[in-house]
Amino acid sequence: MSKILVITSGKGGVGKTTTSASIATGLAQRGHKVAVIDFDVGLRNLDLIMGVERRVVYDFVNVVQGEANLTQALIKDKRIGNLYVLAASQTKDKDALTEEGVKKVLDGLKDDGFDFIVCDSPAGIEKGAQLAMYFADEAIVVSNPEVSSVRDADRMLGLLASKSYRAVNNMPSIKQHLLVTRYAPARAEAGEMMSIEDMMEILAVPLLGVIPESPAVLNASNSGQPVILDQESDAGQAYADAIARLLGEERPLRFLTVEKKGFFSRLFGN
Amino acid sequence: MGLLNFFRGKKENTAKLAKERLQIIIAHERAQNRPSHEFLPKLEKELLDVIRRYVQIGDDAVKVKLDRDGDVDVLELNIVLPDQVAKE
Repeated sequence: MSKILVITSGKGGVGKTTTSASIATGLAQRGHKVAVIDFDVGLRNLDLIMGVERRVVYDFVNVVQGEANLTQALIKDKRIGNLYVLAASQTKDKDALTEEGVKKVLDGLKDDGFDFIVCDSPAGIEKGAQLAMYFADEAIVVSNPEVSSVRDADRMLGLLASKSYRAVNNMPSIKQHLLVTRYAPARAEAGEMMSIEDMMEILAVPLLGVIPESPAVLNASNSGQPVILDQESDAGQAYADAIARLLGEERPLRFLTVEKKGFFSRLFGN
Repeated sequence: MGLLNFFRGKKENTAKLAKERLQIIIAHERAQNRPSHEFLPKLEKELLDVIRRYVQIGDDAVKVKLDRDGDVDVLELNIVLPDQVAKE
């Protein structure tokens, strides 16, 4: 049984694509067959974050419009078996996506035996974002601890509850998860940043994970390696924890407190 | 002021301010976006039609507003009648 997972946020730049890449990669590392789809038609970037930008021949819109089949358009990841990327079109108009077209592709992936289909939503609440979440079974709403991001996340949660296939057809609602990214424990402790408790109180959605602000994220995108592959890093480990929780395992939250530097590390640096 | 703040210790807690502002605006926006609000334009139009059977009023004479006061939904109707009718 395939599960459709949407990564969404409303606001741009909060880490949807970074999260999509790491969630998809992490699920595949756990042995699941995973496809990750870029819904940002016209502004594709998932291919870069996944490091497959030079291997895109056919894209999502080509499949929707019948110019290529799924086998031709799915880019197989070279690092992890069972992981496939479907790039967005860079040239086509964003109106190229339709509800029927998206359904056709998702049904095709289900028939091919994919366990998880991860939909990387564009920013905003326009058509691309609506289609990315429309057929979802579960949603990961990504938010930074910052006012505009939290407000948009709340708006998105409302849309997930009212404007999806599940909502329109009176089916059990989309399972919602909150993923907080770019969390800086020191700033939260100093009262300069909303805490995880503050965000959970406002949004009232179960917490899937907290990704700390980390230089590893930029390093990862620079090199086209999803940050979850960097298990030395705090962000990579935090994504691995989120994957475990997504699969129903219990994991304590990490990286929420300021690391007290010991005398020697202060003396000798790190 | 730098020196003074240094001795006073803490800076202003902006995280608390952010949380308070968000709680207010989000409560307001959730109320606005609730599906129950979708019937309001239709209700407004039908009320207008009914009243027009008895009194000629303008298109903007009926205002319907749904608010939330604690646990209670408050439906507010505001109907402006023309002067001569009001006098009769």
